Amino acid sequence: MGGGVEEWTQERTLEKPANQLDLSEEELNEEITRILTSNNPHAPQNIVRYTYKERTYKPMSTVDQLAVHCVLEGNLIHKDSDEARSQRAQQGLIKGQYTMQTSLNLSIYKDEDPGEEAVEMVEGEGGVNEEMGDEESNVRKERKLKNQFNFWDRGSQTLNNPLRCTMYDVYTEELQLQEKNKEKQRTQSSKEDKRETKLLLIFNYLTSFFFFFQSDDISKLARVSTNMERMVVQNIFDDIAQDFQYFEDSADEFSEGGTLLPLWKFHYSKAKRLSVTSLCWNQKYQDLFGVGLGSYDFTKQGSGMLLLYTVKNCTFPQYIFSTDSSVMCLDIHTKMSYLVAVGFYDGCVAVYNLKLKTMLPTHKSSVLSGKHTDPVWQVRWQKDDMDNHHNFFSVSSDGRVVSWTLIKVLKEYVYIRYTLSLKRLDALSPEGAETVDSGRCIDFHKEFDNMFLLGTEEGKIHKSSKAYSNHLIQTYNAHNMAVEAVRWNHFHPRVFISCSYDWTVKIWDHTVPTPMFTFDLNAAVGDVSWAPYSSTVFAAVTSDGKVHVFDLNTNKYKALCQQLVVAKDTSQLTHIEFNPVHPIIIVGDDHGYINCFKLSPNLRKKPKVSLLTLSGFPVK
Amino acid sequence: MSVEETIKRIQSQKGVQGIIIVNAEVLICNAGIPIKTTLDNSNTVHYAGLIHQLVMKARSTVREIDPQNDLTFLRVRSKKNEIMIAPDKDYFLIVIQNPSE
Repeated sequence: MGGGVEEWTQERTLEKPANQLDLSEEELNEEITRILTSNNPHAPQNIVRYTYKERTYKPMSTVDQLAVHCVLEGNLIHKDSDEARSQRAQQGLIKGQYTMQTSLNLSIYKDEDPGEEAVEMVEGEGGVNEEMGDEESNVRKERKLKNQFNFWDRGSQTLNNPLRCTMYDVYTEELQLQEKNKEKQRTQSSKEDKRETKLLLIFNYLTSFFFFFQSDDISKLARVSTNMERMVVQNIFDDIAQDFQYFEDSADEFSEGGTLLPLWKFHYSKAKRLSVTSLCWNQKYQDLFGVGLGSYDFTKQGSGMLLLYTVKNCTFPQYIFSTDSSVMCLDIHTKMSYLVAVGFYDGCVAVYNLKLKTMLPTHKSSVLSGKHTDPVWQVRWQKDDMDNHHNFFSVSSDGRVVSWTLIKVLKEYVYIRYTLSLKRLDALSPEGAETVDSGRCIDFHKEFDNMFLLGTEEGKIHKSSKAYSNHLIQTYNAHNMAVEAVRWNHFHPRVFISCSYDWTVKIWDHTVPTPMFTFDLNAAVGDVSWAPYSSTVFAAVTSDGKVHVFDLNTNKYKALCQQLVVAKDTSQLTHIEFNPVHPIIIVGDDHGYINCFKLSPNLRKKPKVSLLTLSGFPVK
Repeated sequence: MSVEETIKRIQSQKGVQGIIIVNAEVLICNAGIPIKTTLDNSNTVHYAGLIHQLVMKARSTVREIDPQNDLTFLRVRSKKNEIMIAPDKDYFLIVIQNPSE
């Protein structure tokens, strides 16, 4: 029993493990410092990365030293974070619904003055609703954050990056639809109408849907194809267009006379045997002009044509109207530039409306409405009368000057006429038979609209007024043959010009019975016209194919330009018109050709003294 | 005056090499498909596709500057010929012309 104590008192011997290092005393006493760092001993120390800058592999000096020992994911979120707020709102909603239901129950049980109380409760609920609504909308606003499940791919949207203009289009369409709906609601209030409109809308939608897929209808290309045609023609006739715009004859500086530069030629293939009987420029669209085609020959009367050409397309007319009888005269209304008044060889007058797409005139006179019995030689639009009705005058060989007014009475048009009949004041014929002078041309004074001049086939010019129906103010013994044209000067209030087949052109002062100037042009003069830019320039056409341009300011006795414009022996020139703004003239001949010429600078001289119009205002 | 007659007249003008009418729908995917043409098939499809893109770009340029404005006509003049494009709401009309012929 005492053996255990003895075991304890035995010396303890040091046991060395077998692989322990043998160190000397000094080495055992050496102090070794151990430093505690936060470096991760397992982090790699020799990471090398490729640098594109130096194009080599370089060792990285800093390496991530984070050693993760343990990861535990928790479910605590900060109370101010988005998620927390949305959760709170959700919980609040549920609570709110509960409170609403309870308040409803309360209201049912209350039963005192159910009307008012109920209303109040409802309002209160409404208030609560609103609050809830706000929170809801807040929630909804916040819910719009994109997450990987709620994110729409750009490619799956209908329109990517829509242009501003397409959005504008859609908006304007919507606006129009809304306005239409509003109007419909205003006009139609009955239920039946609503049903009808709904059906109509559905029908429209279906048909448009149907057409959407099936329409190969190119009739919408009308405007586009006319534009294209003009562009193609402009390319072909490019040199003429350039001349029209830019060419100025420099030879004019050295001589007094001028020249006419030929530009476009207009001819319609179906109008081969007709002659140009009248020309008229459109005042509003100054590149558009009207041509009346027919025959002057009594024995060769057939159909006629009314064509409207634009200078932009010389190959084909813009408007074509075929008529039964020769068109003898035409006039385009100055303000309503789509109304064209036309007079025929058979004595009828008609009005065409260019806006309508029909080939027929909108108004036509007939035997019942009192058409003329002889060819109508001139028509002239007048200013609308006091009731804003359109009216025009016509002159015919049957000796009557008739004013036609277009009045709409109960959806039909009625023509009321005023007639002036030209009875010869000195009845030379036996038995006291009345003879009449045959009117050939008429022109109304530019300022005093009532006063007009009437040229007759007997060579006389009568001055009269719309106020008188049987009385002539003055008569001038103008020519030996029929007066072809008579025109008031655009600027001078007393001057007018007349021409006739007796080879002369005469200039008059209406207060003087004899002409101021007489020009002999050596051939029958078909037409004469004053220039719109000067009171002294006028042009005349003769049957030998020449155009004569005079400027009385420069030379009082001789023409500045006498140019042969068509083949001498085959064609006669019939009409001439100056363009209101451009320095061009159109000349028609008896083969149906219309030639367009540019006036050289000498023929376009405006007077240096400022011109006053008749009313006293300076000319633009 | 029908569109057919006008197009026939254009075709008969001096120097016109071809006319193509292209569908121009934007929303439906059948945009740039030629409806009527006087050229051969491969050329037509080529022109139609390329010009469609050009017109869209030109139109967007004009309208981005002023949304109430719109493209009415486009002319591309090259050494050998001239391509004229008239866009409409639903269609384009393309005419290739050699004016010096």
